[in-house]
Formats: sequence, structure tokens, C-alpha cells
Amino acid sequence: MAAPLSVEVEFGGGAELLFDGIKKHQVTLPGQEEPWDIRNLLVWIKKNLLKERPELFIQGDSVRPGILVLINDADWELLGELDYQLQDQDSVLFISTLHGG
Amino acid sequence: MPAPPCTSCHAARAALRRPRSGQALCGACFCTAFEAEVLHTVLAGRLLPPDAVVAVGASGGKDSTVLAHVLRELAPRLGISLQLVAVDEGIGGYRDAALAAVRRQAARWELPLTVVAYEDLFGGWTMDAVARSTAGSGRSRSCCTFCGVLRRRALEEGARRVGATHIVTGHNADDMAETVLMNFLRGDAGRLARGGGLGGRPAPRCRPLQFASQKEVVLYAHFRRLDYFSEECVYAPEAFRGHARDLLKRLEAARPSAVLTSCTPPSAWRWPVRSGPAPRRLLPLRGSGQPRSLPGLCALDGLNRGRPRLAIGKGRRGLDEQATPGTPGDPDKTPTPKAVPTF
Repeated sequence: MAAPLSVEVEFGGGAELLFDGIKKHQVTLPGQEEPWDIRNLLVWIKKNLLKERPELFIQGDSVRPGILVLINDADWELLGELDYQLQDQDSVLFISTLHGG
Repeated sequence: MPAPPCTSCHAARAALRRPRSGQALCGACFCTAFEAEVLHTVLAGRLLPPDAVVAVGASGGKDSTVLAHVLRELAPRLGISLQLVAVDEGIGGYRDAALAAVRRQAARWELPLTVVAYEDLFGGWTMDAVARSTAGSGRSRSCCTFCGVLRRRALEEGARRVGATHIVTGHNADDMAETVLMNFLRGDAGRLARGGGLGGRPAPRCRPLQFASQKEVVLYAHFRRLDYFSEECVYAPEAFRGHARDLLKRLEAARPSAVLTSCTPPSAWRWPVRSGPAPRRLLPLRGSGQPRSLPGLCALDGLNRGRPRLAIGKGRRGLDEQATPGTPGDPDKTPTPKAVPTF
């Protein structure tokens, strides 16, 4: 049983274009049976925040390859990736690398 | 579950896992390591000797932003001076915003900036005009192929104007792997034998970030709080490179070393085709009255004659399409394919 959580979800590197151009979103995740991990957060984002072209952000149950995920300014690869359990006031940043430089 | 401690300083929490080594580093140690590796690439490859005047190809994007920032940090140590050169391809709704980012960077870094426009250099041809000229044939659009040729020429011209001795671009390891794959997919054995499309010929153009993975370039920009322009070119979805990129990304998910091993210097491979320097046909710049010969203008010749694919296609393929002679700013001219007699 997971309590409601308040987290900041941020998009950068062009990913914000899929979210009405808004970079920072302060979201409240409702209390639910299952724990709030990144896997469930992605499902929630797809349902509630993603405005267009879901295939450009999500692939399967993870992010599209080429999108970096930082949790509290740390690479999610250090924190368990999809299995990381969200805490209240966490900050999750999705940076797209899929554009020319 | 907090992140493990940094394996370098052991003081701060690690902020990323490096793709190649799997090493966990904090932001500060990572940035230091990144800069040290770029310095090593430049020194070991003797890319930029002391007193070099270096033209940095600046697009406002993540790679050239990181490149310019790092070289600016390393410039005193290397004894080089920097000039920013930006190319205006004439892509409405895209390039203006990107150039605004470059201008902000030039002001912040106090670096001189020169902008070279396709329209001025190539007899009025903007990329939007090239795109109109190459559309409508039923094939996938080839305007990005033209852009690659023209951009290189424009960068060289910009470098010449500022008296640069060397040109640097921000191509990272992922870009290099895509280029190798693209040449392989096109069966361009000659280009692969000359260096895999990685700059085998002795040109003063080099890529100090060529061994840095794209992930690390983006994270460096993030930890250094660098401001860059991150929208995709409006024509990019039609570019052939996208196919190579998708394939590499999927390969990387299965085998993480795919990107870095595909950049193995082709000199380490064995190629049956022996190839000398790339043949360069020299044409005078149309309409300029200048007697200088400039390579890469076969592309313009094709555009001006209304036969765009003749310039970039191989063999007979370019002859299958005919178009009304193209003029740069003419949106009404639509090419109509006609049958070509066999011979």
C-alpha cells in the first residue's frame, strides 16, 4: 500500500515538446495498492501528462532508448532504474538526447 | 536507496554510471574526467598544435555547445585561440532559434562569432529551397544529403574568413558509429577504406569529442548547466541517418558496447579495396566571378540544372528523374518524373 506522494517531474533536451512545452511539473501521485516505482510512474505519466506521440517517450514498460533519467540529479542506473521506489519530494528528470548537436 | 559513493573522490554521492567503464562518479569528478579525456584526445592525436586558430562549428546544439565550452577551458593549456563559426542553412522555424542560442553563447563566452549563410554562399539556395526542389519525386527526400555537402563547404568558408588553421566539430562517438553504419549500409567501400567516413584524409578538420558517448555529452552539459538548443531540425525525420540511429540504439540496448566498438579505427580492419584520396572534382563557384575552384559544388550543379539526384545519386539512378530547372526561391516549380531512354 503506497501513500500519496508529491514529486517533481521535469523534462529537458527537447522531451518537453511532448508535454505541451512545459518543463517542470509538480505532481501528486495518489495513494494506491502498488508501490510507486519508476515503472508505475511512467504508466501514470503516459496516462496523465503525455500529450502526443507516446512512442517518442515510452517503449515497452521503459523509456525510449536515448532518453536519460536522473532521480534527484543522479543517473537512474545507479538507483535500480525502473525498480527505484519513489519517495516524497523526489525529483525525476527525463532528458532526451535524440536530436542533432 | 541512495546512490553509492563516488569511486574517485569517495566524498560525494555518485551521480552517474559511465557507459564504457561502468564507473560511478559524482558530477564534479565526472566533469573533470570528461575534460581530461578530451584533452588526451587532442594531445594524443596531435589534433590542435600550439598557436592554432581553431574554428568551432557551432550550431547551438548540445554537442557543439559542450565542445566550445571544453575547448575554451583547455585553450590556455593548449595554446590555441577559438573562433565560433555558425552556418545558416535557411531553414525557417528552426535555424533562427538555434542561431539565437549561438549568439547568447558567443556573448557569454566572449568569443568572436561568424555566421555563414547558404543563401549568400550558394547562389540563393537555402535548405528550404533545396527541400522543395528534391520533393515530389515519390522517393524519400534527399535534402539532408545536400545539407551535409553544403554545410562542410560553408564551414570551410567560415574558417577561411576568420583565418583559422583548424576546424573542429562536435561529433560524438554515437555520431561516428552512425556514420560508419551509414557508409556500410550504402556499400560505400571506398569511403570506409579511406577511414570509415571518420576523416581519413589529411584535412584540418577534427572531432575532439569523437570518443565521448552521447550520454556523457548530455550529462556534462547538464552538470555544467550549459544552455543549448534542443529542437530537432524540421527535415531530420526524413534523413537517412535516423535509420542508422534507431538501429544503433536498439543494438545498444542489447549490447552496450555496440556504439564504441563500431568506432574502432578502420585502420584496424582489413579491407580488400585499396583506395587513394577521395576524388575531388573542382568547379568554379557559379555566379561569383571568382576564379577559385571549390570542391563539393557538383551538388549545386545538379540543383541548378533541375536534376538534383544527378549530383548525389550513383550511376543511372540520377538520370531517371528530370525536373524543371530549379531556381532557389521558386516554390511553384514541382519536378515531374519522365521516362528516360535506355542506353
